[in-house]
Amino acid sequence: MINKMYIRGTGCVSPQQTADGSGFLEEVRTYQTSRLPVIDPDYKQWIDIKLIRRMSRVIKMGVAASQLSLQEAGIQSPTAIITGTAYGCLADTGVFLNKMVAQEEQMLTPTAFIQSTHNTVAGQIALMLSCHGYNNTFVHRGFSFENALLDTMLTLQENPTAQILTGGVDEITDQSHAILERFGLYKSSNIDTTNILHSETKGTINGEGAAFFVLSGEKGDNAVATIDAMATLYKPTDVYERMNFCADFLSKNNIEPTAVDVILTGRNGDFSSDLSYDHIESSYFPGATIACFKHLCGEYPTASSFGVYAAVQMLKAGEVPPAMLFGEAKHKQVKKVLLYNHHNNTHHSFILLSVC
Amino acid sequence: MSQQVWIAGGGVICGIGKNVEECLTSFENMQPGIEDMHYLQSAHKGVFPVAEVKSSNAELAAATGLKPSTSRTAMLSLLAVQEAWQSTGLGDIKQFRVGFISANTVGGMDKTEDFYIDFLANPQSGQLRHVVNHECGAATEIVADAMGIKHHVSTISTACSSGANALMLGSRLIKAGMLDAVIAGGTDSLTRFTVNGFNTLMILDQALCRPFDDTRTGLNLGEGAGYVVLVNDELATKLPGKPWCKLSGFANANDAYHQTASSPDGTGNYLAMKTALERSGIEPKDVAYINLHGTGTANNDVSEGIAIERLFAGATPPASSTKSFTGHTLGASGGIEAVFSSLAVRDGIIYPNARFQHQMKELSFSPVTTFSKGNDLPHVVSNSFGFGGNCSSLVFSR
Repeated sequence: MINKMYIRGTGCVSPQQTADGSGFLEEVRTYQTSRLPVIDPDYKQWIDIKLIRRMSRVIKMGVAASQLSLQEAGIQSPTAIITGTAYGCLADTGVFLNKMVAQEEQMLTPTAFIQSTHNTVAGQIALMLSCHGYNNTFVHRGFSFENALLDTMLTLQENPTAQILTGGVDEITDQSHAILERFGLYKSSNIDTTNILHSETKGTINGEGAAFFVLSGEKGDNAVATIDAMATLYKPTDVYERMNFCADFLSKNNIEPTAVDVILTGRNGDFSSDLSYDHIESSYFPGATIACFKHLCGEYPTASSFGVYAAVQMLKAGEVPPAMLFGEAKHKQVKKVLLYNHHNNTHHSFILLSVC
Repeated sequence: MSQQVWIAGGGVICGIGKNVEECLTSFENMQPGIEDMHYLQSAHKGVFPVAEVKSSNAELAAATGLKPSTSRTAMLSLLAVQEAWQSTGLGDIKQFRVGFISANTVGGMDKTEDFYIDFLANPQSGQLRHVVNHECGAATEIVADAMGIKHHVSTISTACSSGANALMLGSRLIKAGMLDAVIAGGTDSLTRFTVNGFNTLMILDQALCRPFDDTRTGLNLGEGAGYVVLVNDELATKLPGKPWCKLSGFANANDAYHQTASSPDGTGNYLAMKTALERSGIEPKDVAYINLHGTGTANNDVSEGIAIERLFAGATPPASSTKSFTGHTLGASGGIEAVFSSLAVRDGIIYPNARFQHQMKELSFSPVTTFSKGNDLPHVVSNSFGFGGNCSSLVFSR
């Protein structure tokens, strides 16, 4: 069995004001469009101005979120860096691809290509921190962040004193949004993120962001929460497989459903894909408070990293911010949160977090 | 929990053969697979030689049963995975808890770059089926679904070291008792995106590449896929034959020097090799052969060579770059070379480094130039280094 991981620091750049030092969701940013951009912090705090100009947004977001989490953990540099990104560096990939097609493979320059590889964010962080440790990047769709967490758990199993910087990051570009929109993924009219989870219509909203964590097998001075367990379910065939998987996850980890104060789900406003959440919430956790996060950050393959960030903030405060409640609050104090997320109904994950 | 992680078999498709046997024959006959571009449509056809898999997409579709519109990356992957699993003789894959960890660098880019021609002309244009599998993870899932693998799927992308990192995670999952077997390696097809990208870096050779030769001026790109099947102690005893060898050590370190270039003293390379040997519990003198990263660029070979000389302190074991035959297959290279290195331990093979003529002035060792088998190779090291400073080394042991 895998031991729990202590969360010693968190950092997040998102469509909410998570990177400006204000309290979590003190002020809630709402959107009336199908595309939620991150609120850019002042990147100059962490990145040399000459470098900023050359860096695409995904790199800046990743660097900022990682710096915030290292600051919170009170360390300069981690033992290892493990990232998850489904789309990688879309902007640089797009720039190179556009020029390559438009210029018929002639007169191209290297910068965009160099920064297009999926490990650019992890590589840049290592470079800025002179961190020679283990460095890995997972790029598996809706499991990218979960796989990064899994690799972190296994690495900490071997070396519990390590402090690993682990995060999820994805960006939207004009072209990626235009292409994903053509797949019919997003709502096209009457969008308001304040009530989107109750819309009962097809489609969701596109999101982006970076959330990083400093994780260790030991508590240290700064840990506020733990990740106790994590499991992923790939392409379940039906509702029964999802339900059984959840039941197995709870029993394998000796969790009484009544001990879960908050079930934090990845509802995104698409009525058919939200049915998966209905089933799990009503069958196993009738007494738990239901909270949601994708109306705040949008839907994207590594959105579960924002979910973990939000769960930690809830555990830290002991309560659920009103903007995250889906229905009434039933808990006294938030001590245990189960994050259940799925992406496109094909990639399901369960992450259990506790206060420490 | 498993004490050891065994290599139960492997599969390869690349520029020198469509399976393990064909590849070994090409090495034995000194027949590299690097030629003029034939299948990839690019403005650089006839300029930069490449090591293509000698099959059209239609032929690969027929061989795999996948749709001809499927990314070539996924089709190459499936063929190598099928060979790898069949080579173990373990039978129905659904009997076991099997994971699939595949690496690649550009996912379905071969189709996306076709899509973009129409899309740029009109944003409502271009067939969506050409971008639906753009993500790196999509190629992995096409193969996992075709194989019936469900317990674990993941995709790693750390540029040219990706494939080696897939074996590391696989080994950890088996040791932690979470899976019985893992098919681990990588795949990449040639794309205009990568050919042009490497061209802007001015590290492509217009002639055939010459790894570890003083006259080297760059690499030749290749394509392919390579996977090993890692199994736990229990499955190792169920194999109809003997396991090929074991994966006894691995390490991943970051050079933290430059986004694309290696540090002059090969810091990351040195750290990766040194830590991998420590994990394996062996000394540098125990290593009998090194499968070099050896791309043939001025920068890589000198950094890698200096790191090797530092670690092996004047007693460098036989070493060679199989990229002189297969080209640099990027995300696939760590997987392909893991198969070659496993076979090296099993059959005592030392691979030739093609076209070596001139001793590098910075180094005191030179690569092996002839094929031999039946050597006594208790431990073999395989190196994979890449952009983003990512450096990985694997140790295969008898």
